[in-house]
Amino acid sequence: MSERTAATTDPDATDGADDSTETPTEITSGSTSVVRALENAGVETAFGVQGGAIMPIYDALYHSDIRHVTMAHEQGAAHAADAYGVVRGDPGVCLATSGPGATNLVTGIADANMDSDAVLALTGQVPSDMVGSDAFQETDTTGVTAPITKHNYFASSPDTVGDTVGEAFALAAEGRPGPTLVDLPKDVSLNETDREPGPAQAPETCRARTDPADSQVEAAARAIERAEKPLLLFGGGVVKADAAEVARQFATEHRIPVVTTMPGIGAMPEDHELCLSWAGMHGTGYANMAITHTDCLIAVGTRFDDRLTGGIDTFAPEAEVVHIDIDPAEISKNVHADYPVVGDAGRAIERVDAELDEGPDAREWVDQCLTWKDEYPMDYAAPDNEPLKPQFVVEALDEATPDETIVTSGVGQHQMWAAQYWTFTEPRRWVSSHGLGTMGYGLPAAIGARVAADDDETVVCVDGDASFLMTIQELSVAVRENLDITVAILNNEYIGMVRQWQDAFFEGRRMAAGYEWCPQFDKLAEAFGARGWTVDSYEEVPDAIEEALAYDGPSVIDFHVDPAENVYPMVSSGGANGKFALSEDQL
Amino acid sequence: MSDNRTGLQGPAPDERPHPDGRRNAQGIRIDPEAESEHEPRRTVFSAIVEDEPGVLSRVAGLAARRQFNIESLTVGPTTVEGHSRITMVVEEPEPGIDQIEKQLAKLKPVISVGELDDDAVRAELVLLKVRGEDPDKVHAITEMYDGRTLDAGPETITVQLSGDERKIDDAVDAFRRFGIIEIARTGQTALAHGSKKTVPGEEPGTSGEPTKPNTNTQ
Ligand SMILES: Cc1ncc(C[n+]2csc(CCOP(=O)(O)OP(=O)(O)O)c2C)c(N)n1
Ligand SMILES: [Mg+2]
Repeated sequence: MSERTAATTDPDATDGADDSTETPTEITSGSTSVVRALENAGVETAFGVQGGAIMPIYDALYHSDIRHVTMAHEQGAAHAADAYGVVRGDPGVCLATSGPGATNLVTGIADANMDSDAVLALTGQVPSDMVGSDAFQETDTTGVTAPITKHNYFASSPDTVGDTVGEAFALAAEGRPGPTLVDLPKDVSLNETDREPGPAQAPETCRARTDPADSQVEAAARAIERAEKPLLLFGGGVVKADAAEVARQFATEHRIPVVTTMPGIGAMPEDHELCLSWAGMHGTGYANMAITHTDCLIAVGTRFDDRLTGGIDTFAPEAEVVHIDIDPAEISKNVHADYPVVGDAGRAIERVDAELDEGPDAREWVDQCLTWKDEYPMDYAAPDNEPLKPQFVVEALDEATPDETIVTSGVGQHQMWAAQYWTFTEPRRWVSSHGLGTMGYGLPAAIGARVAADDDETVVCVDGDASFLMTIQELSVAVRENLDITVAILNNEYIGMVRQWQDAFFEGRRMAAGYEWCPQFDKLAEAFGARGWTVDSYEEVPDAIEEALAYDGPSVIDFHVDPAENVYPMVSSGGANGKFALSEDQL
Repeated sequence: MSDNRTGLQGPAPDERPHPDGRRNAQGIRIDPEAESEHEPRRTVFSAIVEDEPGVLSRVAGLAARRQFNIESLTVGPTTVEGHSRITMVVEEPEPGIDQIEKQLAKLKPVISVGELDDDAVRAELVLLKVRGEDPDKVHAITEMYDGRTLDAGPETITVQLSGDERKIDDAVDAFRRFGIIEIARTGQTALAHGSKKTVPGEEPGTSGEPTKPNTNTQ
């Protein structure tokens, strides 16, 4: 076993699809064919937890060059696979046993589903002939996960299970990405076969249209040409389609201002003058002004989530909507698309660009947007007599780290501050839980991101005290694998986002919101074998950050920040984006 | 560490310009003066699906979790091995109908799906069990609706009727006077009129050929 442990901690083990294809797994059984299918698909890493029904798959992995990262909890495995996929652009893979293993994956799968992240989950299942008998650790995993996967599969034969796994892997990445799952009854894994799985292909019934129809491109181009106040909205689809380059070029060439969604952060450099950062509930004032006053919203790769739109009645109420998306079902689902363009984001933008006779003349509008930028600057007060401000910590971290640092987060106020006050300039660097809003995403995501990233890249997790507590056990994994991650806890001794809402909407009744009972995170970190710091004042911030970043391994800085600080601007739930509040009395 | 930071600045919400435009609940821009919502419409979808375990539950689950209002859902084999046809009657306002079709098309086992035109032929089968006291009158009504008597005894008479939804509704009303003991309706099934295709890609008359996948062009 020591050999294996050495192999998994060998940093060189990460750089090689070539390595894994040099000695492909010999196919003797369903499980070896599963592993071979993963190898054929170019899988280099999988995250998971062992258990009875999945043991045959793990046994096959024993002989494979695929790196397996044992996680402390299956939820962590799913989040790690998710973040790995976000950073790498290929589906992440996670494994769990039947029953509780599979149900523990559920949150992570649902998270991937909401954020359209490509993840392949492999779950063990009780032997086929026991299915339906309420056998030990039996759960109807395909039933449970049907609503939160693109598709899931119940493997039926060792001869075809490799094909199924290949198909599920390909389907996760096809078109609009998302999670897929293959449930693997133990007999299917154990039984003999020598059948080589075929090439990994998405099912024919799920192939996405990538090149948009001419008529759609033409209609969209005409709408953009006549716009006086055009606005680009880049969603997560721009990032996933690797279309940021094309999208930026389009924006700058035609001088069209850009807002992003939260998953779209990094699609446009946030320090670019045309970038108005992200819109929505806690987006910038200028993004929300622009989205409220545009007459032509060119939305790319977004599903118009309600945290973005606020009340639909007041969302971009005067805009013709051009909606570019690879998923036809997103067209006119929440916001009516006057000009739908179904296709790959990059390809569609290129086609629309080529179709434009002349760009829109929007000089006045651009000036207006820049005026709004001046009028509603993102800022926070940091008076001497108040505790350390969380926004300051985010800015200090951003400053102390290289430009292309990967930032993961939990869910809550800290997540909003991280997204607001970190300046992202590249895609696949902001790795967060948007659609599902899963507390506990941050640390396992940082592990997945770290494994996916190059050694010279920096990975920071901006976490909340309560979010960190939800998946803190994964720190043991970071220690075991010696993963260089810096966790910055913006510790406000509250589930702050809830506390903020209680103060604003429940007359300050802070029911179940106080988290002053959290453990001392620096000591806990040390107990795990990581390094820990506690920071209470502005003076201590720079040194702690410097030391933590310098430490080659997992480190945790527990920043004791102002418990009273609130996230603004804020559009109240279902409210008008243009009426964002700058303080509580404006809600 | 105090600096010149002042916190968020800018005109308050009521000092900002606000556009007059509005969207309705379906996200469609409307004239704010004349509120317009779509009326629900009843329509029939037909889908050719891969006949794999759980396909019906995937379709039903999709409808349930997206709050699609389904009137009936039927499934049965086709002449192509491994393919089944699902027929679904739904009632939704316009954009919802479009959503149903697109969401169905996304399901992996769904090979092709289409909404039927108004002139589609539709039929439903119903079994009605009524009290057997007045066999002659039951027989007469059965005849009137082109039904068949499947089972008759002193206590109960069971008849089978088929036809479009309106006819079945009328017939059920007509049988009420005898006292309906039990009723079982299959839900509607339907095919396109004449040589029209029921679902896109389905070639009329080539029952041996598998249906081509739906390349969604929207
Ligand atoms: C798993 C889960 N449970 C509950 C919630 C509801 N929730 C949203 S934000 C939040 C507060 C999170 O607290 P913390 O991680 O300390 O972040 P803070 O808001 O204080 O920065 C809670 C409880 C959630 N998003 N996810
Ligand atoms: Mg907190």
